[in-house]
Amino acid sequence: MAKKYGVRETYYDSAISKGYNRRDFMKFAAFITAYMGLENSLMGQVANALETKYRLPIIWEHYQECTCCSESFIRSNHPIVADIILDNVSLDYTETLMAASGHQAEAAKHDTMKKYHGEYILCVEGSVPMGSNGVYCTIAGKTALDHLKEAAEGAKAIIAWGSCATNGCVQGAKPNPTGATPIHKIIKNKPIVQMPGCPPIGEAMAALIVHYVTFERLPELDRLGRPKAFYGKRVHDTCYRRPYFDAGLFAESFDDIHAKEGYCLYKLGCKGPSTYNACASMKWNNGVSFPIESGHGCIGCSEAKFWDNGPFYKRMTNVPGFGIESSADKIGKIATGVVAAGLTAHSIAANVSKYSELKGRYTRGRINEEKLEKNEENTEEN
Amino acid sequence: MANRIVVDPVTRIEGHLRIEAEIKDGKIVDAYSSSTMVRGLENIVKGRDPRDVWAFVQRTCGVCTTVHAISSVRAVEDALGIAIPPNAEMVRNIMEGALYMHDHAVHFYHLHALDWVDVVNALSADPAETSKIAQSISNWPKSSPGYFSDIQKRIQKFVDSGQLGIFANGYWGHPQMKLPAAVNLLGVAHYLEALEWQKEIVKVHTILGGKNPHPNYLVGGMACAINENSTGGLNAERLAHVGKLLKEGKDFIEQVYIPDLLAIASFYKDWGGIGKGVGNYLSYGDFPVNGYGDPSNFKFPQGVILNRDLSKVYDVDHRNGDIEEFVNNSWYDNYAEGAEKGRHPWDGETNIKYSGPQPPYEHLDVEQKYSFVKTPRWQGKPMEVGPLSRLLVGYARGNKEIQEAVNGALTHLDVPVEALFSTLGRTAARGIESKLVANWTMEFYNQLLLNIKNGDSRMANTELWDPSKWPAEAKGVGFTEAPRGGLAHWIRIKDGKTENYQQVVPTTWNASPRDPKGQRSAYESALLDTPVADPELPLEIIRTVHSFDPCLACAVHLYDEKGNHISRVTNVGSCDV
Repeated sequence: MAKKYGVRETYYDSAISKGYNRRDFMKFAAFITAYMGLENSLMGQVANALETKYRLPIIWEHYQECTCCSESFIRSNHPIVADIILDNVSLDYTETLMAASGHQAEAAKHDTMKKYHGEYILCVEGSVPMGSNGVYCTIAGKTALDHLKEAAEGAKAIIAWGSCATNGCVQGAKPNPTGATPIHKIIKNKPIVQMPGCPPIGEAMAALIVHYVTFERLPELDRLGRPKAFYGKRVHDTCYRRPYFDAGLFAESFDDIHAKEGYCLYKLGCKGPSTYNACASMKWNNGVSFPIESGHGCIGCSEAKFWDNGPFYKRMTNVPGFGIESSADKIGKIATGVVAAGLTAHSIAANVSKYSELKGRYTRGRINEEKLEKNEENTEEN
Repeated sequence: MANRIVVDPVTRIEGHLRIEAEIKDGKIVDAYSSSTMVRGLENIVKGRDPRDVWAFVQRTCGVCTTVHAISSVRAVEDALGIAIPPNAEMVRNIMEGALYMHDHAVHFYHLHALDWVDVVNALSADPAETSKIAQSISNWPKSSPGYFSDIQKRIQKFVDSGQLGIFANGYWGHPQMKLPAAVNLLGVAHYLEALEWQKEIVKVHTILGGKNPHPNYLVGGMACAINENSTGGLNAERLAHVGKLLKEGKDFIEQVYIPDLLAIASFYKDWGGIGKGVGNYLSYGDFPVNGYGDPSNFKFPQGVILNRDLSKVYDVDHRNGDIEEFVNNSWYDNYAEGAEKGRHPWDGETNIKYSGPQPPYEHLDVEQKYSFVKTPRWQGKPMEVGPLSRLLVGYARGNKEIQEAVNGALTHLDVPVEALFSTLGRTAARGIESKLVANWTMEFYNQLLLNIKNGDSRMANTELWDPSKWPAEAKGVGFTEAPRGGLAHWIRIKDGKTENYQQVVPTTWNASPRDPKGQRSAYESALLDTPVADPELPLEIIRTVHSFDPCLACAVHLYDEKGNHISRVTNVGSCDV
């Protein structure tokens, strides 16, 4: 891959500037190829990718939103945002942080759209109002719809940040007075990654960017376009209060004796059983806490139409995955214990095989490195 | 012949703001502020459970995330006569205090600093000189020549890459950039440090409210139950974490933000005479220590100052007709009683009716309606709200703590009290109050610990949780001082549901269009007489606009195409509803 755009530091440049030599770099590439679980024949490609990367250009648009997604993004702890925007990507347009205003700002965006046509990632924060020909959100005198179509045309892929861009969020709640519309209903010919949540977790947002920069491909998505890594499990299934649910121990009202003990919040309206997100596993703000841990039920903010899914404090009458249970008190009595022993045995077995696999990869990586050493020695001797 | 310039988008704010300014002989002779995005939240909350509304209206703004939730739960509690436990009051105060610390520091470094700090010029600084300056103004440990040299190398490498990202097309080298290179480098270094620090202070919200942005609130108190003998609630470990974060936040404000603010301000004293504004200052007051119903015991006093006269302070009443909103220049249906009349928010309505130019357009028709922001007035007068208003009201009320803090800064900068009525004054006030709030937040934290020590672990009052115990009709007002200024929500409840909801937010006060008398609001007024060196480079305009910390998502209301009567929500700051 030829270097296309002026001066840019690659991973290779970065290694060299830190005092490593080419041999060190090739050894690293050999090792990382095996560790990533790739065939050795792909080592050349990995090395090439590490040698020719440039900072990924990003255009970040804002339409109907409250800026909580941008705020969440800058909360990321690993990596921190300063590192992302200085080292990994080139954040060429974002109304929240960019120095330029007015026509200087728009010019910066158009420069990127032209120079990196087909190469840049378009991030969208906010929904697009389709009512009354789009007059409910204009930027620089043009409608959000026109801005979106224009920016999407040359984008390699689109990231729809947050519930606004993925499902219309609060302005799309009944009666949706401005015709707030999510991005995937407007742009049909580009890959779109859906990152719902109000907002999404900062580390998950940063991880999505890093995934793309590191592996040069989008992560695996579920049928709704969400990265499986963050939206593959229900909050309910990863919640540390789940044992209380299974045992039928519930807080009956806020601040009662059971709430103080940290019992399950299902009866106080927790939407964890119907919400797919990583809040209970990754937690928020570098793993400090998440809503349930701080005593409030999940409001389901990463699920489409969550604003209209009944009052937040009303108990769900039907917990998915448990059949149609009408009563929380009965749920705990369901024989989850029957499968527990089997599960434990299974998880130990799974852990053992995972460990062996990783150990195998590590060994292969080491063997690759040694072979490379030998080859180089032979070459030098000849 | 005046020259009309347009700045759209105004960046480094929350929301979508457009400024059109007339320039003549190098000065602004007229200005129009327009908000160009609307969502309609007030209509959306109508008919919903009042206990849920805090979550809806919290999404008014993700920058001042919490203040709309606080206003909302207070409005509902006010309507239903619910008194929250003292611990819940302290927890809300701690969360709001943490928001101030976060919001003000982020505003200074990430939304405002690039108006004053020349990033490119920092590349020619001598890091040893920067180190000397840093060590002369603060004890902050990251101050060695090597540290600043590393920052400089990093930025140099970034610039050399040719991909300038957020710094592309900035106003580098503008004649109005007056900092020495060494101070520019200090500003850039602390821009990066503040970006890293801000993610820490918000963890106070995560511990007490479960996440940030948009932590959880509760009508009747807070959801974070206290249990010193369990991991199920707030125990010594959780509380110690809060304490550590508040202490670190206080250190950052005192050792980085305030010294930087004073150092940078000392090179821009001429901005103490630019951006005067309307001269009327309104503060609702906030941080209750003896209940929401007792404003005399708020940390920030309540009051109104007229015509920059600090010798008299007027009282504020949210329930009589003093506060009204007008729609004569806003893209909404006029009230039945005519375009010249205003309405108190309890009787407000928000029927969106766009009548501006069809996009794409070059200019607004400012002879007609020209913004999605309504125009609030107090006794018919335009008001400025925000940090400056809070400090001036506190100062004029004779609050010793506020007087000392303000006088200290004036003495340091060697400027008279009149310099506060300006772009520089607004920016300085934000820093001064950050320091005050950081101290108060420690007080609230210590009070919370003392309450628990004394055996009070109550966090929520659920006596009136069940709507069947509510009166058939009730109305309430929830006011607060958001970081960007006075914020209030008015609610009417009928048969257990939200019947009407109106928000009047800080940016509504500041960014609104002209009223029926032709009186300008704070932005438009403050822009008058601002010198503009180069009409192509609107740096001076964004300096003054940024000094208000706009939040347009907050400021805009909701409408209903069918023209139904709806409640309206307005925020102050850079939020559009």
